[in-house]
Amino acid sequence: MIAPHGVRASTTAPPAARPRTPPRGGVGSDAARPDGPPKVSGAFAFSSDLYAEHMLWGRTLRSPHPAARIVDVDVSEAAAMPGVHAVVTARDVPGRPTYGLEHPDQPVFADDVVRYQGEPVAAVAADHPELAWRATQAIRVTYEELDPLVDAEEAIDAAPIHPDGNVFRHLPIRHGDPDARGDVTVEGTYEVGMQDQAFMGPESGLAIPDGDGGVELYISTQWLHVDREQVAACLDLPPDRVRLTLAGVGGAFGAREDVSLQVHVCLLALRTGRPVKMLYSREESFFGHVHRHPARLWYRHHAERDGTLVKVEARLLLDGGAYASSSTAVIANASCFAAGPYRVPNAVIDGWVVRTNNPPCGAMRGFGAVQTCFAHEAQMDKLAAALDLDPIELRLRNVLRTGDTLVTGQVIRGTAPVREVIEAARDHPLPSEDDADPLTLPGGAGRTADRADVLRGIGFAVGFKNLMYSEGFDDFSTASVRLERGGDGEPVATVHCAAAEVGQGFVTLAQQIVRSVLGVDQVILRPADTQVGSAGSTSASRQTWMSGGAVQTAATAVRDALLRRVGERRGVDVQGARRQLLRLDDGAIVHADDPSFRIPLAEALENGSIEETREYHHDPTDPLDADGQGDAHVAFAFAAHRAVVDVDPELGLIRVVQIATGQDVGRALNPVQVTGQIEGGIAQGLGLAVMEEILVSEGKVLNPSFTDYLIPTTLDMPPVLATLIEQPEPGAPFGAKGVGEPPTISSTPAIVAAVRAATGLDLIRVPVRPPDIALADRPV
Amino acid sequence: MTVARPRTLDDAVDALTELQDAELLAGGTDFMVEVNFGHRRPRNVVALRRVEELRGWHEIDGQIELGAGLTYRSMEREFDELLPALASAARTVGSPQIRSVGTLGGNVATASPAGDTLPLLAALDAEVDLRGPEGERSLALTAFITGVKQTQRREGEVIRAVRVRRADGPQVYCKVGTRNAMVIAVSCLALVLDTQAQRVRCALGAVSPAPLRPSEAEALASAAIDWSALTAPPDVVTRFGEMAAAACSPITDHRGTADYRQHSIAVMARRALSRALAQ
Amino acid sequence: MSGEPTPGYAAAGRSEGSAVPDEAGPSEAPLAAESETYELTVNGRALSVQSAWIGESLLHVLRERLGLPGSKNACEQGECGSCSVLLDDALVCACCVLAADAVGSAITTVEGLGADGPTDVQRAFLETGAVQCGFCTPGLIVTIHDLLDRDAEPSDLAIQEALAGNLCRCTGYGRILEAVHRVRAERAGQAAR
Repeated sequence: MIAPHGVRASTTAPPAARPRTPPRGGVGSDAARPDGPPKVSGAFAFSSDLYAEHMLWGRTLRSPHPAARIVDVDVSEAAAMPGVHAVVTARDVPGRPTYGLEHPDQPVFADDVVRYQGEPVAAVAADHPELAWRATQAIRVTYEELDPLVDAEEAIDAAPIHPDGNVFRHLPIRHGDPDARGDVTVEGTYEVGMQDQAFMGPESGLAIPDGDGGVELYISTQWLHVDREQVAACLDLPPDRVRLTLAGVGGAFGAREDVSLQVHVCLLALRTGRPVKMLYSREESFFGHVHRHPARLWYRHHAERDGTLVKVEARLLLDGGAYASSSTAVIANASCFAAGPYRVPNAVIDGWVVRTNNPPCGAMRGFGAVQTCFAHEAQMDKLAAALDLDPIELRLRNVLRTGDTLVTGQVIRGTAPVREVIEAARDHPLPSEDDADPLTLPGGAGRTADRADVLRGIGFAVGFKNLMYSEGFDDFSTASVRLERGGDGEPVATVHCAAAEVGQGFVTLAQQIVRSVLGVDQVILRPADTQVGSAGSTSASRQTWMSGGAVQTAATAVRDALLRRVGERRGVDVQGARRQLLRLDDGAIVHADDPSFRIPLAEALENGSIEETREYHHDPTDPLDADGQGDAHVAFAFAAHRAVVDVDPELGLIRVVQIATGQDVGRALNPVQVTGQIEGGIAQGLGLAVMEEILVSEGKVLNPSFTDYLIPTTLDMPPVLATLIEQPEPGAPFGAKGVGEPPTISSTPAIVAAVRAATGLDLIRVPVRPPDIALADRPV
Repeated sequence: MTVARPRTLDDAVDALTELQDAELLAGGTDFMVEVNFGHRRPRNVVALRRVEELRGWHEIDGQIELGAGLTYRSMEREFDELLPALASAARTVGSPQIRSVGTLGGNVATASPAGDTLPLLAALDAEVDLRGPEGERSLALTAFITGVKQTQRREGEVIRAVRVRRADGPQVYCKVGTRNAMVIAVSCLALVLDTQAQRVRCALGAVSPAPLRPSEAEALASAAIDWSALTAPPDVVTRFGEMAAAACSPITDHRGTADYRQHSIAVMARRALSRALAQ
Repeated sequence: MSGEPTPGYAAAGRSEGSAVPDEAGPSEAPLAAESETYELTVNGRALSVQSAWIGESLLHVLRERLGLPGSKNACEQGECGSCSVLLDDALVCACCVLAADAVGSAITTVEGLGADGPTDVQRAFLETGAVQCGFCTPGLIVTIHDLLDRDAEPSDLAIQEALAGNLCRCTGYGRILEAVHRVRAERAGQAAR
C-alpha cells in the first residue's frame, strides 16, 4: 500500500532477523525526537539564539577579490570607534596561522594574499551588530589585485597560488587489464555545477572567556573535537583550555565540517575578555563555508554485446577552490565509486582535485559520489541505447553482489542488495497523467504552460557510497552511559556522547538504543561537548553506526556490570558453563534456571549508579596503493531512484512529478526518521538536478542569497514512494546502515535521465538550466 | 531620528518634507532587505501603512483606481474578475508572507525591471498619481519609470494611486522562473484582449530597463484577430510571439541569458495570445 | 518524554522568561543619535523597546531585545519564512518589517501560539516526524496555523502553495505535509461532530 507522500517499509530480510517486540521507544520503533517539543514551541536554543550578559557582537571583514596581494591593512579608524572593543587581523593570531580539516593550509585571516572572494581579512567585536558592521567598513585594506586562477584544468600546470601547490590530489585507479576492450563503447563528458548545502541556520557561535586564559565555545558544528584541535592550535592553547559545547544546529549537510567562525569568535572573546557572539548573515554564509565540488568528468564505457560491462575509463577533475578542506577525501570517493554499483573487471580511472581561486569546496552530502554518479548513470543509459537494451535491464545484468570485487580491488563482504533496490524502485506505481491544476505543471505559479505544452519522461539511476571514514583512518566514537535511580525511584539512564545532532535524529536513536539494551524508559542525554571523548564527525552517514555502536557498547557494559554486581551480592554466577545465567529482561534481572529470581532494576541500583565509557572503532581499513587498490572502505550503502518528470521543452522548465526509490538501509532503527532522511536527501538531489548552483564568474559569486540561489519549495518537491530494503549488515550495530547520503546520490541522475527521456536531449550538465533545453538546438 | 507613522496622506507628505533625507516605507519587502544587507541606511523614515487613502481600490467611470497601499494579497483575492492578469501576477510574487505586505505602490516605486505588476499596468496604459507638497500630478507609468529602479518621483512625493482603464476581455499573465514558486522573473508578460477597443495590449517584463510594449506585435495581432469570433490565424499567433521577442533586447545576468529571455518572450507571447483567445 | 534537552543543548542558552537583554550598545554613540524608543504589542503583552537603532527589523527586536528568539533568522530577505509571524493577523516575515513601524499592531510569534501547551499543529509535527533540525519549524508552525485558521479544509495543492514561502532543507517537506493533512483531518472531524 502506498500513500501519497507516504512510505511503507517492506523487508526482504527473513522474519527471524526482525526484532522481537521492540521495547517501548526502543530500536525499530518510530520513537519521537526528544528535542521535538522545544523545536515546535520555539524554545529550542540554536547557536544563533544564545545570549550572555555583557555580550559583544563579532563581525568578519572579507576580501572582495578572489585573488589579490594585501598591501596594507589599516584598522586604526575602526579600532577608535566608540563601542568597538577589538579589531583583529592575521597579526593577532597567537598560534598556528592556518587551519584545515586534512591539511592546515587555510589562514585564519589572510595575511599576504587573498585566494578567494570572501576570505576573512579581519574581525571586530562591538556593542551592537550594526556597529560591528560599520567598524568592518571602516577598516582600510589596500589590495593589489591579481589575475585569478579560475580554470581547474589550467590549475594543474599553472604557477602555484599557494606554497602547497595547486594539485590537492591525483588518485589513479588501475584495475584488471588496462587494455581490455569491449564490443561496444560509449563515451561522454559531463559537468556538475557548484552546489551549496544551504542549511537553514547560518553559522553562529558564542565564545565566553573563562577568565583564566581559556575559552568556552557554544557552537553549531558537525565535529566538536576536530574544531577544538584547530581552535586550540590557532590560539596556542592546550586543548583542555578550549571547551566546546554543541549549540542547536540548524542543519549541516557537510557545510559545518570545516572551521568557519570558531577561531575568530574565540580570539575576539579572549581579546576583549567578554562573551562574543558571531552570527553570519545568509550572504556571509555563502562565503563562510565550503561547497560541493564542481566537476568535469570524461568517461568511456566498454561492454560486451549482451551488456556485460568490460571496462570503465574515466578522468575526473574536481575544482577544490582555494583551500584543501576535505578535497583529498572527496576525490577518493569520486574515484572509488566512479564505476557505479556494477561489476567492472577492468578500470582506468584518474581522479584529480585542484586548487583555484574559486570558492573553497569540501564536504556535502554524497561527498564525491554525487558527481561521478551523475556521469556513470548517464553512461549506463547511453550504453543501453547503444545496445538497444532496457536501461534497467542493463543495470540488473551488471549489479554488484556480496563477494564481488570493486575497481579498488576490495571485495564486498557486507550486504549489497543492488538488485533489490533497483527492483523496488522500478515496481512502484507510476503517477497518472490527468488534467491537474496548471499550478502543478512546469513553471508552476508562473502559469507558462498548458498540459499540451508538456512532455513526460521517466528516468532511472542507481548509486552507492561508503559508510564512515576510509583509507586507514582510525575512525571511532566515544559514549558514556550511566544508570541510576532517578528522583522518582525509577531507573534512569544518562548518555554522554559528543556526536553532533544536526537534525538527523541521533538523539532519538541514542535513547532508543539505551532503552533496548537496558530496558529503561527514561533516557536523558547530556549536552554534546568536549568533556567526553570524540564521537567523530556527523558526516559520511556514520553516526548511526559509530556513535550508535559506542552507545550500544557502553550500555551493554553498564548492563554487564550490573549483572556482575547482582551476581556478587546474591552469590550467583552471571555466566554458566555454556550460557548466560543472569540477564536483564523487561526491567528486571532474572535467572535462567530460577523463575522466582527477579530483581527489578530500581532495586538492583540501590547501591549506587553504574557508569561505563566505551570507544567504538569500526574495522580497520587500508590506504589505497599507487594503483588505487586496497581495502579502503568499511561498508557500502546502495539506493536506486526512478523519476517521473514533466518538461516544457520550449521554455526548458521542469516539474518533477514523482520519485520512487528503493534504499538499502540494513535495518531501519527508526522508520519515520529514515523516511525523513530519504525525502530530505531526494530534495537536495532534485535541487542539484534542476535549480541549485552557485554561479561563479572570474572567481566571484554572483548569487549569494536565497533570492538567487534557489532551493526546492513545497511546490517543487514531488511525492516520494520509498521501499526500505532491510538486510541487516553483519558487524553493524543492530545491522543498521547509515541512510543520509544515498538519497542524494542517485536522485539527481534519475531526474536528468527523465528529462532526457522527455526531450531526447543529451543534457550533460547539472543543474539543467532552462536554456539547456529550450535553446539546445542553438550553438552555445 | 524618527519613524513617522502618518494616518493621512497630507501628514505623510508633510513628514516627508519636514524630516531630513526621509525615506518612504511601504510594505518593506524591498526596503528592509536593503537595510538588512547593509545597502541602505535610513536616517528618517515615513511609514505609509497606516495611511487610509492609500488602501483599497474603486471604479469610477470605467477607470479603476488602485490605491498604492494595495497588497499583493488583496490583488490576488479581489481581482479575479476585474483584473485577472493582475491577480495572476500578484500570485507569483515571492512568498505568501511577502504578498501579505508588499504593495502595488512599492512595486511601482521600486521600478525593478522584473516587477510583477508592471507589465499589466503598462499594457493598460496605467497612470501614476503622485501627491506632493505642491499638490497632485499624474504621469503615464511608462513615463514615470525611466530606467532600472529609476523613476520620476520627486522629493517629497508619495505615490497615491495607479489608475487603469477598465478593459473587457481575457487577460493573461505569464512568468518564467527556474522554480515553481517564489522566483524573481527571468522574463514575464501580460496580455489583454481589449475587446472594446479591439486591441491586443501586451507588455513585457525583465527584458528591458522598464516594462516594454511590443507595439508592432500588438498592431499585427490587433489587425488580424477576428474580434467577433475571438480567433486568429495560427501563423499570426506565432508571428505575434516572434515580433514581441524582436521588440526586446534583454541583458544576460545571473538569472538568465539574453538569448533565453528573448526566446521565452516569443513562447510566452504566443501562448498568452492563444490562451486569451481560447478563453 | 524523557531526556529532553531544554532548551536545546547549550547550557548558555537563553533561559525561558529571561529578562530583556540590557544591551549597552545602542545607548552609546554613535548609534544613540539614530535610536528610537517605542512600544510593541507581542503575544498580547505591551513591551517597551528602548533606544533601538532605527534600522532594526522586527525580527532583530523580537530576538535580541524582547527575549523571543523563537522566530528564526535565515535569509534576511523574506525568502525563507523562518521568521514568519502574524502582524495584525497578516502572515509576514519579521525580517521585512521595520520594528519601529510595527507600533500599534498586534504581533503574534510562535511563542504566543503554544502558550497553553502544544497546539494541534505542534502535536502533529511531533507525531509525523516533521521536525529534523527544527530551524524552519517555528515559522512553519505559524504559517500553518494561519492557513488552517483561515481555511479549515484547504486542498493538498492549496497547502503546498501556502507553504511555498517556508523553506525547509532537511525534510523534503513530506512529513510536514503529512502533519498538515493530519490536522486538517482532525479539525474536519471535530467540525463534523
